[in-house]
Amino acid sequence: MTVGLEHFLILSAVLFCIGLYGVLTRRNVVIILMCIEIMLNAVNISLVAFSRYVTPAVLQGQMFVIFVITVAAAEVAVGIAMIIAIYRKRQSINADTFDLLKW
Amino acid sequence: MISDELHFLAPELSLLGFALLLIILDLVVKQKKILAGVTIGGLIVSIGFTVPLLSAPTIDIFYAMIAVDSYATIFKFLILGATLFIVLASQDYVNKFQRYQGEYYALLLIAALGLILLTETVDFIAIFVALEMSSIALYVLTGFLKDDKSSEAGLKYLLLGAVASAVLLYGMALVFGVTGKTCLPCVRSMIEAMSFVANSMPNPALILGMVLIITGFGFKIASFPFQMWVPDVYEGAPTPITAYLSVAGKAAGFAVMLRVLLMTFGMQSWLSMEWGIIIAVLSAITMTIGNVVAIPQTNIKRMLGYSSIAQAGYLMVGIATAGLAFNADTLGQSGLIFFLMSYILTNLGAFIAIIAISNKTESDAISDYAGMIKRAPILTIALSLCLISLIGLPPTAGLIAKIYIFSGAVQHNLLWLVVIAVINSCISAYYYMRVVKVMWLGTPSSQDKVPSSFALKFALALCCLGVLLLGILPGGFIGIAEAAVKMFGL
Repeated sequence: MTVGLEHFLILSAVLFCIGLYGVLTRRNVVIILMCIEIMLNAVNISLVAFSRYVTPAVLQGQMFVIFVITVAAAEVAVGIAMIIAIYRKRQSINADTFDLLKW
Repeated sequence: MISDELHFLAPELSLLGFALLLIILDLVVKQKKILAGVTIGGLIVSIGFTVPLLSAPTIDIFYAMIAVDSYATIFKFLILGATLFIVLASQDYVNKFQRYQGEYYALLLIAALGLILLTETVDFIAIFVALEMSSIALYVLTGFLKDDKSSEAGLKYLLLGAVASAVLLYGMALVFGVTGKTCLPCVRSMIEAMSFVANSMPNPALILGMVLIITGFGFKIASFPFQMWVPDVYEGAPTPITAYLSVAGKAAGFAVMLRVLLMTFGMQSWLSMEWGIIIAVLSAITMTIGNVVAIPQTNIKRMLGYSSIAQAGYLMVGIATAGLAFNADTLGQSGLIFFLMSYILTNLGAFIAIIAISNKTESDAISDYAGMIKRAPILTIALSLCLISLIGLPPTAGLIAKIYIFSGAVQHNLLWLVVIAVINSCISAYYYMRVVKVMWLGTPSSQDKVPSSFALKFALALCCLGVLLLGILPGGFIGIAEAAVKMFGL
C-alpha cells in the first residue's frame, strides 16, 4: 500500500477534529490555545498535501502554509500576552472563572 | 511591473506609515494630544489618496492578489470615514489613559489598514493575511483597558476568532484542493469547467469548503450560530472600540463575504442557489435571535450588541438576494451597500452619544440614562434620532435602507424572509423605544450637566446630518451604491 493524498486528508481531518474537540471541552486557556494550533496545523497538512498531489508544478499551497505559520505565531503571541494580563488580575487561567461577562 | 502598481496602494501605505510614525512620536512628545491630531491627519491623507482611485481602471494588481475596483473603493471610503469618526469621538476617552495613548491610535490605524485590505483582496492567501491583520489589532484593542472585563473580553474574542479563522482556512484549503487555485476568479473558472464535465452533481468537497468559508466569515459578521461572542466583547471592550467593531469590522466582513461568494461561487446557478438559501435561512434566525434577546438587556452596550446582530440579519438579506438573483440584477448588492452606509452612520451616531454620556456617568446601565434630556439635551436628541433610525421609522436613513434592501428580496422569491424581517423590526421598536422613553421621561439621578468636547459634537452632528440626509434625499446615495456594484453585473 502506498501513501496517497487521501491518507494525508484523513490525518488532517482527524487532527482538525481533535483540535476542535479540545477547544470545546478543555477549560485551561493555554490548552485551548494549543488546540487552536493543532487545528491550524491540520489545515497546513492538507494544504501541503494538496499542493504536492494536485498542483505539483506550482508552490501556491506551500506558500500559503508559510503565511499561516507566521500568522499563527503572531496570534499565539497576542494570546499568551492576554492570558498573562488576565492571570495577574485573577491568579487563574481556568476558562470557567472568566464569568464577569456571561459566556 | 510591480513598482508601477504601487501607487494603487497609496491609501494603505500611508496608513502604515502614519501608524509607525505614531509609535515613534509617542516616545518623544510629551503633549499626547498631538497624537490624535496626527491620526486624524493620517486618515485624511489616506482618504485623499483614495479619491483618485474613483477614476482608476478596474484591474487586478500584484499577480492578481489585489483588485482595484469601484466596489473596493466605496468600502475604503466607508471604513476610513468610520475610523475618522471613531478617532474624533475617542479623544476624551483616551485622554484618561495614563499610558499607551500612542499604541491605541497606532493599533486603530493598523486595524483600519487590515480592514481596507480585506475589502480589496481577491486571493485566498491575501484574504487570510488581511483578515488576521485586522483581527489581531482588534483583539489587542478589545483588551486594551487591561481591567477584568476588558481583558476577559479580549481573550474570548481572540480564542473564538482564532477558531473561526482555522475553520475558514480549512474551507479555503478544501476549495484549493478541488480547484488547484487560490485566486478567486481562477477558482471560479475551474469550478465552471468542472460542473460542465460532471453535469449537475456537485463535488462534496467543494460544497463542504464553501460551507466552511461561510462559517468563517459568519463569525466576522456575527451571524447565527457564531453570534455568541458579540455581546461579551461589546460589553467588555472600550466603548470607542465597541463602536469600531460594530461598524467598520462588520462592513469589511460583509464586503469580503459578498466578494468571495460572488466571485468564486457566483455565476453558477446551482451553486448560487445553494449559498443563497443557506444565507437566507441564517439571516432569518440571526435577526430573530438578536431582537428577542435584546429585549431583557439592562446594559446599553450589550443591548446594542444584540441590536447589531439583528442588523447583521437584515444585511444578510442583501447577500441572500444576490445569491438567488444570480446575474439577473444587482439589487441585493446595492441594497447591502446602501444599508451599510445607513447602518454605519446610525450606529456611529448612537455610540458617539453613548461614549459622551458614559464618560461622565462611568456607567453603561440603561437605568442611568434616566432623565438624560435635562442633563444633555443635544446628546439625547441625537441618540433618540439614531435609535429611531435603527428601528426604521421616517424620516431617517434606516427606513429607506430597509425598504430598498427588502424590495430587492421580494423580487427574488424571498417574501417569507421579508415578512420575518418586518415582524422583527416591530419587535425591535420595543427595546429601542424603551431607551428613548427612559431618557425623555425618567427622573434624573443627578442634575450635573454632561460635558462633551468639540470634536465629539462635530462627529455626532455629522452622523445625525448623514442619517437625515440619507433618509430625506436617498437618490444620490442609491446611485453611488448602484455604481459601486456594476462590476458584478453581466
